[in-house]
Amino acid sequence: MTIVYEDQDGQAASDIPARRIKFVINGQKMIAEVEPRLLLSHLIRRGLALTGTHMGCDTTNCGACTVLVDGRPVKSCTMLAVQADGHEISTVEGLATASELHPLQEGFKEEHGLQCGFCTPGMMMAAKALLDANPDPTEEDVRWALSGNLCRCTGYQNIVKSVLWAAAKLRAESGEA
Amino acid sequence: MYPSRFRYEAPRSLAEAIGLLHDGGDYAKVLAGGQSLVPLMKLRFASPELVVDINNVPGLDYHRADPDGTLRIGALCRHVDLERSDLLKTTQPTMASAAPLIADPIVRNRGTLVGSLCHADPQGDWASVVLALGGSVVARGPRGMRAIPLADFVTGPFQNVLDQDEIAVEAMIPAARGTRSGGYLKLERRVGDFATVGVAVALETSGETVTRAGIALTGVGGSTIGATEAAAALSGRPLTDESIAQAADLAAQAARPRTDHRGSAEYKRHMVRTFVVRLLSRTDAAAERAA
Repeated sequence: MTIVYEDQDGQAASDIPARRIKFVINGQKMIAEVEPRLLLSHLIRRGLALTGTHMGCDTTNCGACTVLVDGRPVKSCTMLAVQADGHEISTVEGLATASELHPLQEGFKEEHGLQCGFCTPGMMMAAKALLDANPDPTEEDVRWALSGNLCRCTGYQNIVKSVLWAAAKLRAESGEA
Repeated sequence: MYPSRFRYEAPRSLAEAIGLLHDGGDYAKVLAGGQSLVPLMKLRFASPELVVDINNVPGLDYHRADPDGTLRIGALCRHVDLERSDLLKTTQPTMASAAPLIADPIVRNRGTLVGSLCHADPQGDWASVVLALGGSVVARGPRGMRAIPLADFVTGPFQNVLDQDEIAVEAMIPAARGTRSGGYLKLERRVGDFATVGVAVALETSGETVTRAGIALTGVGGSTIGATEAAAALSGRPLTDESIAQAADLAAQAARPRTDHRGSAEYKRHMVRTFVVRLLSRTDAAAERAA
């Protein structure tokens, strides 16, 4: 896999450090060669063309770029791509299967959990980690878990409702199983 | 945003990491949680030539109490580990109340307490907590180990006393001589913002008497402020409304706040006083007094 980006400093190609890494993304094993200064968000969006992970603030504030690293939500603009070596990454693209939406995605649809949709992938990944750890969260638990994710449409009410909707659906599904 | 170009090494042992720093030239940085260093590098406030990532070094993610009660927090212990720690909830009230207030829940998954101390941001919450508790940073380098009291560790904003080839391997909180009480209060505009004002109070009491007191302030000066005179006003006697008021006034005097977009200097100073009173009034000693 190759990431192509602008040459702004004119250093000789042989002087540019690169590192080969192995990682898993949404269940698929991958190998990449990356320059150490590239961020995980660059690897995901440019290297893998998984553009569901959004870049909002690029300063560790907004959480739009949240992905799961070994199941824990992480702001992918604040981790080096080389640090993914040996780890498992999940992005919003990993939520749905070919035939159906993930209950979180359904919940955001049912409860009108998105307006412009920019923060949604980050919200969903943070919510995914919450529901994996706590299948029956209170409203307060959801608000706490999402407090590192900003929605500039300020649609928090419905985002919280969407996550609670998904939690109920997931519990019902696991009850059936 | 991209950081400047750097050489990246991810050693698998501390000895190897120290060796890399030793041979690494003038400007090397240790990468642990990266929640301060990576943003600084992206903004080009920091442009290290070498980054030594210690995340693959095993055995640094601990926090545990020695048999004598000394608490040790390893360099890869994340904020979230401390937030969820039963050990802290039962033995370290000041730390337990600060842990959920560090940054935001996602940042807490990666960031580390030791990294926060090294970063030495005047608005860093952990530095106040560790200072109030009389804690130290343990550093390891080619010349061996040394423990540096936090009061001596931070020399100014974003500056510490570590040598170029030293790594902060753990933070150490001394055992209590008595029953611990205290807490951390933080005024912030929203979750994840830097503290407008933060106050850490750590008390140790034996019977009614305060045997040790520590008070430290976040965000109201050029570095973390140890309000030593305020703490001294509490030591050696029971907590009373008078001693609480005196300590609150002395802490407010120790603050060096500046007026900025988070509030006026006067407001911040007032909040220091208010937080000290609140924290001291809610300790067990105060509860006993009321009973």
